[in-house]
Amino acid sequence: MPVLKARQALLDPIFNNNPIALQILGICSALAVTVQFETALVMSIAVVLVTAFSSASVSLIRTRIPTNIRIIVQMTIIASLVILVDQFLRAYLFEVSRQLSVFVGLIITNCIVMGRAEGFAMKNNVWLSFLDGVGNGLGYAFILLVVAFFRELLGSGSLYGYQLLALAGSEGGWYVRNGLMLLPPSAFFLIGMIIWAIRTWKPEQVEES
Amino acid sequence: MRRDSISNTFLVAICLCVVCSIIVSTAAVMLQPIQERNRVRYRRRNILIAAGLYDPDVPLEESFARIQTRLVDLETGQFVDEHERIDPLTYDPQRAARDPALSVEVPGRLEEFPFERRERYVLVHLVEGDQGWEQIILPVYNRGLWSTMYAFLALDADLLTVRGITFYEQEETPGLGGEVENPNWQARWVGKKVYDEEGNVALRVLRGEADPDAPHQIDGLAGATITARGVSGMVKFWMGEHGFGPFLERLAEEHADELAAEPARVAWQPARSRRP
Repeated sequence: MPVLKARQALLDPIFNNNPIALQILGICSALAVTVQFETALVMSIAVVLVTAFSSASVSLIRTRIPTNIRIIVQMTIIASLVILVDQFLRAYLFEVSRQLSVFVGLIITNCIVMGRAEGFAMKNNVWLSFLDGVGNGLGYAFILLVVAFFRELLGSGSLYGYQLLALAGSEGGWYVRNGLMLLPPSAFFLIGMIIWAIRTWKPEQVEES
Repeated sequence: MRRDSISNTFLVAICLCVVCSIIVSTAAVMLQPIQERNRVRYRRRNILIAAGLYDPDVPLEESFARIQTRLVDLETGQFVDEHERIDPLTYDPQRAARDPALSVEVPGRLEEFPFERRERYVLVHLVEGDQGWEQIILPVYNRGLWSTMYAFLALDADLLTVRGITFYEQEETPGLGGEVENPNWQARWVGKKVYDEEGNVALRVLRGEADPDAPHQIDGLAGATITARGVSGMVKFWMGEHGFGPFLERLAEEHADELAAEPARVAWQPARSRRP
């Protein structure tokens, strides 16, 4: 087993091995919660916390987990953490949790979380697994925030809820908003462009045809 | 004990379930009062917004002190002060609409309201003024394109003029149908009349822009024809004979003396008199 440095576990998933851009995982929630920057930010924090703590917990008991029920064990840990996050959001960030609605619950099915638990935390120590979880959460967060930045700015003319571009029409401004940006497919185009940009910068990520 | 033995599998599974369920249920129980308070506050804030009384700088409880909540039986149109199964503090109309004992069938297949049943009892909110109540806030809902849209509609004491509306729960397309939550659009409802001279429900959302002086027209929502149709249907159903009609009729009769004193307010005729 290759010896991984902590730094590598934390930072690699952001650009070199980004879960969305390179592994193309977790796309569904990236489409759904990126209409506004604020929801994307809260979702990102939620995913960072869940991935970090689920990887750490799985790693903590990895030598005891029976092989044939390991996936169920991982799912149970992930699901418990997601419910925990959801309950806290409902208590302390009520407005945002209303907008995120089912998507917090759907973190359970996010392939990134499960993938890190099974692919990394089962083989590495608690600290490295924790960092790897944080790193992959940040990799996910990075894409989400970039997509949300463009979608909110071009789609609603605002950023983090502050109106930056005066909207045309009934509001009397000049900016005609881009309706496509409000719809989920626009995230596909944006993610595609981010992948293009990353692979131009790091050509080693380009897949052999 | 071997890691993959049957006894270890059971042991790990049981321990894990116990630990996880303790963590999850502790969090749920501890946070439940805060979450419940959030829900009540959210509802109350929206009631105040509909009534045009919401001020972010004033504590919610203070603003809400003027508002009285009453339970109404939509079948009889009467206030119900006590009901064995309903506690006004915890009553959930959305759940009641699915409970056969607390709901009634919507007669026929109505074009404007696709639900088969609706709740029998609703909570209405009266804004207290110096002389009796000044506004009444009615909970209404209808299906839009993707979701059921829930709103509060505030009527003036003349039971004809809209004082405000707020959509507090909807999942329409953001930026298109979701614009029902836009305060600028909601502001256009203020001052519109629900009923025409004959007492029919006339208020509706147009396609395209409305004439600001037309009493029964609301600006359309660009790119959201089905959502707008749902909003129009919502007004038509709830203000009509299958919704709040009988209740509003009774309220109007109660205020008959007051109405006679002010001729301008007699514009709305009881809905029942039109029925064959």
